Amino acid sequence: MGKLTWDAIPLHEPIPLITGAVVMLALLAVLALATLKGWWPCLWREWITSTDHKRIGVMYVLLAMVMLVRGFADALMMRSHLALAAGNARGYLPPPHFDQVFSAHGTIMIFFVGMAFMVGLMNFVVPLQIGARDVAFPVLNSVSFWLTAAGALLINVSLVVGEFARTGWLAYPPLSELAYSPGVGVDYWLWSLQIAGVGTLLSGINLVTTILKMRTPGMGYGRMPIFTWTALAANLLIIAAFPILTGSLAMLALDRYLGFHFFTNELGGNMMMYVNLIWAWGHPEVYILVLPAFGIYSEVIPTFAGKRLFGYRSMAAATMGICVVSFMVWLHHFFTMGAGADVNAFFGIATSVIAIPTGVKIFNWLFTMYGGTLRFELPLMWAIGFMLLFVIGGATGVLLAIPPADFQLHNSQFLVAHFHNVIIPGVLFGAFAGYNYWFPKAFGFRLHRGLGAASFWCWAIGFVLAFMPLYVLGLAGATRRMQHYPETQWQPLMVVALVGALALLVGIVLMVAQLAVSVRQRDRLRDTTGDPWDGRTLEWATPSPPPAWNFAALPQVDGIDAFWEAKRCNGGTLKLADGEGARPLHLPRPTPLGVVVAFFAFFAGFGAVWHLAWMACCALACIVAACLARAWRTELEVEIDPARIAAFERGARA
Amino acid sequence: MQTLSWQQGVLDPQGPIAAAERTILLNATVIMLAVIVPVIVLTIAFAWWFRAGNRRAKRDPDWAYSGAIEVTVWSIPALVILFLGGIAWIGAHELDPARPVASHNAPLTVQVVSLDWKWLFIYPELGVASVNRMVVPAGTPLRLQLTSASVMNSFFVPQLGSQIYTMGGMTTTLHLLAAHPGTYGGLSANFSGDGFADMRFDAVALAPDDFARWLAGVRTGPQALDAAAYAALAKPGIVAAPSTYAPVTPGLFQAILADTSKAPAATMASSMGE
Repeated sequence: MGKLTWDAIPLHEPIPLITGAVVMLALLAVLALATLKGWWPCLWREWITSTDHKRIGVMYVLLAMVMLVRGFADALMMRSHLALAAGNARGYLPPPHFDQVFSAHGTIMIFFVGMAFMVGLMNFVVPLQIGARDVAFPVLNSVSFWLTAAGALLINVSLVVGEFARTGWLAYPPLSELAYSPGVGVDYWLWSLQIAGVGTLLSGINLVTTILKMRTPGMGYGRMPIFTWTALAANLLIIAAFPILTGSLAMLALDRYLGFHFFTNELGGNMMMYVNLIWAWGHPEVYILVLPAFGIYSEVIPTFAGKRLFGYRSMAAATMGICVVSFMVWLHHFFTMGAGADVNAFFGIATSVIAIPTGVKIFNWLFTMYGGTLRFELPLMWAIGFMLLFVIGGATGVLLAIPPADFQLHNSQFLVAHFHNVIIPGVLFGAFAGYNYWFPKAFGFRLHRGLGAASFWCWAIGFVLAFMPLYVLGLAGATRRMQHYPETQWQPLMVVALVGALALLVGIVLMVAQLAVSVRQRDRLRDTTGDPWDGRTLEWATPSPPPAWNFAALPQVDGIDAFWEAKRCNGGTLKLADGEGARPLHLPRPTPLGVVVAFFAFFAGFGAVWHLAWMACCALACIVAACLARAWRTELEVEIDPARIAAFERGARA
Repeated sequence: MQTLSWQQGVLDPQGPIAAAERTILLNATVIMLAVIVPVIVLTIAFAWWFRAGNRRAKRDPDWAYSGAIEVTVWSIPALVILFLGGIAWIGAHELDPARPVASHNAPLTVQVVSLDWKWLFIYPELGVASVNRMVVPAGTPLRLQLTSASVMNSFFVPQLGSQIYTMGGMTTTLHLLAAHPGTYGGLSANFSGDGFADMRFDAVALAPDDFARWLAGVRTGPQALDAAAYAALAKPGIVAAPSTYAPVTPGLFQAILADTSKAPAATMASSMGE
């Protein structure tokens, strides 16, 4: 059984054991409920094997929310531990456990919350926004999602079988090499990211192709909604950056499994190469997360201001500018490595340059509000919260971009505050704005406003309380990832940060409550128009939820904000593209390929982690077999006849 | 419980490098505030004034372009970044860690080795060494040569300025100066494993007379730092209290550098015997 023995179950550690038991009981309860209620056939047909981009998008967002709870549990443990571990106290998490907690927190929040949320929203929205019936490769889309889910599962299994990495979320060598991390923790990190990373790369290829090739007639680049622009930029970055991640992880795996010396201290290995490579992926990754969020704000603000987006061309140009420049700044993550002054100065200035298009975006949102009629619905609240808080994170980012300032603030709590200041108000607020904005499109009813507003205020206030003290602590000399600290004068601020984390907990609980209450009150919150917010772009021209084929006839687009123009000039009826009319549509059949590939990918990863060569090889062979089996399929598509489409359209319009 | 003070932090510099870095930090903060405060105020003002319920607000739902505003919104951030970019360029050169600190006094070389999980300071010109306590003469420029005998760490004394990584088989260089006698907290600022939080040390700056007395005391100490003593020190673990060594085998720092980049089978003794 390779390295796998009964010792891998942490029987002596109550925290992971109890957590694992609770999670497994909850999982069993859900499975039992689904079995008792007879939901399985429906789940299998309509969701698990679905190739519908909207269903896949919803599943991505659901995965992100579940993982948000997991990642936040880690955060709460760290904050409560650090509130205690001052002076001679050592808190309640001994170093091996504390180190796993912060490593898991970072890994999960970036890969399985931020990425999953944004990819999910892009999946759901982009085809609708560009007037397409699905993404370019619907089956590949299903494979992408399930690979991400397999990576998420593998990382969670590390909680109860073995251990997770104790190296930080980027696992710098030589600490992550076999000599210093002999356990399976780094291997769990490697393989869960490798599996999820392949899924993300495939999804990037899919969305770029969709945006480039599948826009409805008339939608030139200059007429694409800004969210689609940002999705294009983010997915171009995925295609360019994720192969670097895959390569870096592969080299580290070769070091650990086959005794190579890419990044070791000895025999010519060089850890500086890894640090460069991982950040050549890692910095674009930040923009992969935040660009779609910028796109969401660019949809939400005009909609709730009832006004066209100010400076559309500037917005598109700024988006593509950020896309390009974000690839030239990675070295700012390690000014303190001892590169020469010219190199540091170049990367410092390149980093600051990104602030120019970002600043332009902020001003354009500001002038979009000017002269508008603002309705403070939930998405706009998240957007304005973002504008107020994000500028602080942006400013501290520019400070950190000045090499001599970074020499003093690098790796400090100031840095921790900075990146949470861009990721939470920037990325997560954007994700939540998008979630509240497009939820009625996905399910046909709105989310509860009161609970949503309460959750927003908890998040905004909790964020300020949890992270502003860390700016101060960083200036006072506190570094990151310390398991305890002798300076008792830091403790009060650590306690304030814990209070902030508790407020964020209330925010998350309220968010779950909002969903539960909204489902119960769905009849009261129902939207029968398909356009609950007086939207401007094509997705609001479809019924809610949209049919599997999105658009019975493809629309002809003549300008920006196509649906808004149609409402103004034509009573909301879209002009149809030439040759569109009543005719059968062809949709891809549901396929179990995605879930089957991911099932075996999980075992390939698990086998690799525990050095079970037989398991990994069998699983890989099964993946190849599944793909080959699909290659011999005879029935590709399901035909939907015009009568059914017409009946649906009549029902939706009634 | 003590109340928070800036002591030990980067806002309480005790040497020219940290002082210059604080100046850059404060200048850049003021420049950024000049932009972000108006943005925050305008966001709140626009959000309030253009609320749907305000009858006095003038609406213009089709206003989506203004050449003058476009030029302005590109120019403001561009000018700010031009200014900050100048600060970054000049600062990166003037405060380059490899650049010696200007001083009338001759520099003192200290060789710094990060171990799991402690700091070894070797004074090659003086033939002594110290663990977890870097004692230096105040007012004398320090030429630090740094490496790691295991994983990456970052050498950092916030009140003296500029941290820098320590990496196995490689030497980084850092120039610092402690202007006044005093004890300044130091730490590793790059996570290095389970004992990371205990990689604290004191940087102690002494008046020249006191430094000479300290040196004389160390030289009469009982422990020498040879291959065997180093091997014991290099074993992973936390040390309870600082210690000193004299004499130190010449060439120890170079031996550590060579040893770290060799195959695991090669031992310290063999590389020191060469």
